[in-house]
Amino acid sequence: MASVTFEKVHKKFGDLTIINSLDIEVQDKEFLVLVGPSGCGKTTALRLLAGLEEITGGEIKIGDRLVNDVAPKDRDIAMVFQSYALYPHLSVYDNMAFGLKLRKTPKEEIKRRVSEAADILGIQDLLQRKPRQLSGGQRQRVAVGRAIVREPKVFLFDEPLSNLDAKLRVQMRAEISKLHQRLQTTFIYVTHDQTEAMTMASRIAVINKGDLQQLDTPQNLYDHPNNLFVAGFIGSPSMNFFPAKIVKSGNSMIVDTEDFKVQIPDSLSGPYKNMEGKSVVFGIRPENIHDPEFAPNNIHGEKVASKVDVTELMGNETLLYLVSGKNTYVGRVDPRSKLRVGSQTQFIFDMDKFHIFDAETEKAIR
Amino acid sequence: MTTNPISRFFRWFFYRSRGDSPFKTILIHATLIIACVIAVYPVLRVVTISLRPNDTLLTTDLRIIPENATLDNYKEVLFGDAEKNRQSDFFLWIWNSVSVVAVTSVISVILAAISAYAFSRFRFPGRSAGLIFLLTTQMIPAGMLLLPLFIMIAKLKMINTPLGLIIAYAVTSVPLTIWTLKGYYDTIPVDLEEAALIDGASRLTVFTKIILPLSTPALAIAFLFSFMGGWSEYLVARVVLQKNEMFTWPLGIFTFAQQFTVSWGQFAAASVLIAIPIMALFLYSSKWLISGLTLGSVKG
Repeated sequence: MASVTFEKVHKKFGDLTIINSLDIEVQDKEFLVLVGPSGCGKTTALRLLAGLEEITGGEIKIGDRLVNDVAPKDRDIAMVFQSYALYPHLSVYDNMAFGLKLRKTPKEEIKRRVSEAADILGIQDLLQRKPRQLSGGQRQRVAVGRAIVREPKVFLFDEPLSNLDAKLRVQMRAEISKLHQRLQTTFIYVTHDQTEAMTMASRIAVINKGDLQQLDTPQNLYDHPNNLFVAGFIGSPSMNFFPAKIVKSGNSMIVDTEDFKVQIPDSLSGPYKNMEGKSVVFGIRPENIHDPEFAPNNIHGEKVASKVDVTELMGNETLLYLVSGKNTYVGRVDPRSKLRVGSQTQFIFDMDKFHIFDAETEKAIR
Repeated sequence: MTTNPISRFFRWFFYRSRGDSPFKTILIHATLIIACVIAVYPVLRVVTISLRPNDTLLTTDLRIIPENATLDNYKEVLFGDAEKNRQSDFFLWIWNSVSVVAVTSVISVILAAISAYAFSRFRFPGRSAGLIFLLTTQMIPAGMLLLPLFIMIAKLKMINTPLGLIIAYAVTSVPLTIWTLKGYYDTIPVDLEEAALIDGASRLTVFTKIILPLSTPALAIAFLFSFMGGWSEYLVARVVLQKNEMFTWPLGIFTFAQQFTVSWGQFAAASVLIAIPIMALFLYSSKWLISGLTLGSVKG
């Protein structure tokens, strides 16, 4: 068990900068998820921590120990690879025992730990098999088992679920969360899937183009994204964005998208008072857009005339792809909604839950 | 549906699931049959000649098992001829060949296994130049290397020693072996090595515990190629070895060809006997040729 610190960590491959200046502090026993689109540098960050890549600048610490120049085997970490990386010529038992044997752990102790890990993961029956005789999900468990038996200070996961089918992924997601609670160790988990990030993390670090965008709890990230990238990346379907200007009408502040205008509730208009004429991006999440028939009463609703372009019935909700002038956006409405393709109506925007971003810096204004 | 077995055979032959046209099928089979005949016929002729009694050596008969077939030639090759008071050196030649070629193959596989790993996994200055250089050595005809090899081995004072021949063979077989093994290492996922590094292995442990066990098919092939390359080699051996008791079998069997007479029957019998161990080796190692050992290590 240990904390992990990235301090001004910098990584270049030739002239190509992969990580700019990464500052992350992962607390002891925390489940931190690094999330971002492909090529954003999240896997590189993990590999730097594992010691599989050398860092160009900055410091990485595990606990209080600077590990910049420490070999991977001496960092006291275990890693689960996206490809599982099971040794094909060894049985499941030997795969799991490999690291312990190298460390000259007594045979009895190896047996005890492997058997304990196999119990946790439900792979007792598979111990004598070779990796090629296992299904994808079973291989995944063995890979996790190989990490568990080492009892490391930090667990690293590099997109471990991306090769599994959707159903198994949901199941393994829950199991990894359970494992974290049980082992009470620091987990650092890389994924490009924001659902995985949201469901498992104690905190999420959103990374884009080698820069840390925001590091916060899943709920805070969702409710208060720092910038346009985080707002668009977290949440599915993504937040709707409309280029707009802030205008003043009497005492009220209005967001004007040219196609429609919505009023900012007075109680929330403080930060925008002096921004008249400023170019901004107005953001609202799909679930904050309501079919007028089912809109809740106790919200600051603003009407926006739109036409239904496509409907997607999901059972527990309905997604409507809407058009208002030159803007297209998504609404997640009550499944009882009778709106169909071509319907035109005044949709209700819940103005208690809007976001406004500076059009130039893309930072949230609040 | 026709029940005639012949037409059923033709139907099966021409319209199997691949759906090739009859013309294409015939063309493919004709080519294969001709290729087989070209490959097998000379070998069969050698067998035939080895079975012929000495008085019918020059017959134009085309039968594979000749009239009055005899094993006399084999007997003479293996055990000599008591009447002519001639001893057989056959087993000595085989022993010389096996020892030289086996040691050569072991040395070149060990050298190549290590250097191919470096070429496959590390990026160092001169890496690609080195690889290309290794390849160019394979493009120089063996005959041209003869003189430099001779001078080198002579300067090392190793003429007429098995070690001289071993060195000569190893330098010619290592480059190709490096290429073969590098190609195989390249297909082993780097993830496996990284996992082992994190598990606590050093580079050397990764190499011995992960890479080598996974490379057994390639190592077997490399050994086999190196073995076969040296097994039937004549020119270099001729230059390096001059004493009769040092002879490898290709030099040995030429003692059957004397200045005025050539004992073709014995020559052929010796050739057949010599082909047997190499065929056995090939058949034995063929199980290693089936690779796919890395299946199941990565991906779901």
